Amino acid sequence: MEYTLQPLGDQAVIIELGDEISNDIQKKIHLVTAYLDAEAPSWIIEYIPAFTTITIFYEPVMLARLCNHQVLPYEYACKLIDDLLKTITGNKAAEPRVIKIPVCYGGEFGPDLETVAKINGLTTDEVIHIHAGGDYSVFMIGFAPGFPFIGGMSESIAAPRRDTPRLKIPARTVGIAGMQTGVYPIETPGGWQLIGRTPIELFRPDDEIPSLLHAGDKVQFFPISLEEYKEWENDNNDNHH
Amino acid sequence: MITIIKPGLLTSIQDLGRYGFQKYGVIASGVMDQIAHRVANLLVGNKESESTIEMTLIGPTIQFHENTLIAITGGDLSPAINGKAIGTWKPIFVKKGSVLSFGKCQAGCRAYLAAAGGFSVPFIMGSKSTYLRAKIGGNEGRALKKHDAIHIGNPSSIAVKMIHFYQPQLSSDFVSGRWAVDASLIPIYQKRKSIRVLKGRHYHLFTKQSQQKLYEEGFEVSSQSDRMGYRLTGPALALEKPEEMISEAVAFGTIQVPPGGDPIILLADRQTTGGYPKIAQIASVDLPFLAQAKPGDTLHFTEITHDEAQRLILEKEKVLQELKVGIKHKFA
Repeated sequence: MEYTLQPLGDQAVIIELGDEISNDIQKKIHLVTAYLDAEAPSWIIEYIPAFTTITIFYEPVMLARLCNHQVLPYEYACKLIDDLLKTITGNKAAEPRVIKIPVCYGGEFGPDLETVAKINGLTTDEVIHIHAGGDYSVFMIGFAPGFPFIGGMSESIAAPRRDTPRLKIPARTVGIAGMQTGVYPIETPGGWQLIGRTPIELFRPDDEIPSLLHAGDKVQFFPISLEEYKEWENDNNDNHH
Repeated sequence: MITIIKPGLLTSIQDLGRYGFQKYGVIASGVMDQIAHRVANLLVGNKESESTIEMTLIGPTIQFHENTLIAITGGDLSPAINGKAIGTWKPIFVKKGSVLSFGKCQAGCRAYLAAAGGFSVPFIMGSKSTYLRAKIGGNEGRALKKHDAIHIGNPSSIAVKMIHFYQPQLSSDFVSGRWAVDASLIPIYQKRKSIRVLKGRHYHLFTKQSQQKLYEEGFEVSSQSDRMGYRLTGPALALEKPEEMISEAVAFGTIQVPPGGDPIILLADRQTTGGYPKIAQIASVDLPFLAQAKPGDTLHFTEITHDEAQRLILEKEKVLQELKVGIKHKFA
């Protein structure tokens, strides 16, 4: 595995596995993070995976103790990371999970569905068909709790961000920005074109793993009616209380 | 139990942060000034990771409904009990019914209140920190407000000994500890600060002029600054040529530069990842100074090496360890 190590401040190391966004690099990142999850070395506080990097936040005092103050914490962290990455061989990444997300498209949940259709010379039904028919994968989670950066959307429904961002986008709204699609897990301001809403929670602060989606997951959207949306939402609430 | 009579400007329950969930986009949160927070806890026999109440510029008014061992650290917001000024960076045993209030902000801008036993709010994802935007943690996921009642946990065995020591002296409103913390731990919150920084990962992509200006000129903390980040105004910083950045992790103290040229220092409530070039990173040991800077303050940056920054962390931790051992011995 080829990579470089660089410091992020005085308590973190950035492992860089490439300089462009690709499925190949994503696979390597998932391989490493799966290993980190399994081994969970005590000197690692946590890690943040992104498109081409994994940043490891470490305990400087513990590292100094572990190496008997022979070297500074960063140097020792790099040595441990080198050792760790050497033991990861092959590319037997686990099969990705497939998460199906129901979406109620258009109406008050998707006020920009018509705009997206107009920009692309399509009907709203065609936009829904294309969006729900896509084969998506989650590159990383960031920006907001549980917010997925999803790749794989068809260029035929791409739409630029709104000129004026909305101050409040309700939680669980599905949007499009450029070539990307995503779901807002919590109420946030934002400039995406809003095309629908899902009744299921992406951010689950009471669960052991607070995010429905993880980096590396495959995602499929499927359309549901407003009645079905309300049923899902009621079921969710029952489960949560 | 304590009750909030007046909430102050922005008063919230925080601890050392919510770790292990940034990979799911859940921000770390936690206190802005970790040294002040940790020392406040040690002074009342708590673990350093226990929750404190962080207050900003205008402090709250709080009533104690039981005898309580407290400590106030951080910026000097003129604390008083029943109107009588009290000291900071030392343990204070407060009589039931007393009211803690704050006055003028004399130095710094954030103060920390620790109580022996900590504040009893639920752990959300392993932390008591308030995450305002996601409405989780702390007291009902929000800043403290009038009429809030917060329970206090059970004091540690050291705290129990401290309380036994102070109890007989408690005739009036409060007893103040006669000892204080090592001066090297009490940051001097000057108006004109020199903050030590490390070169950022993208420092070399900035123009020579921008690289020089970062160290030679002052940057003012703008009014658009909060727990998430300080927006700075000063000389505009520019890349040599436009670069397409790929989003990656950021850290407490990362200085990033959006296309407009005004740098932003990312703080406790920072997002987990960012896509702007990183010109520099605040040395961890100087984060508490930075946390005490307020809008209108001018920051000056001085470069130190990565090795020096690491050594400074280890030294600071040694002093904290000595304080911890010292308190244990005093009351053992």
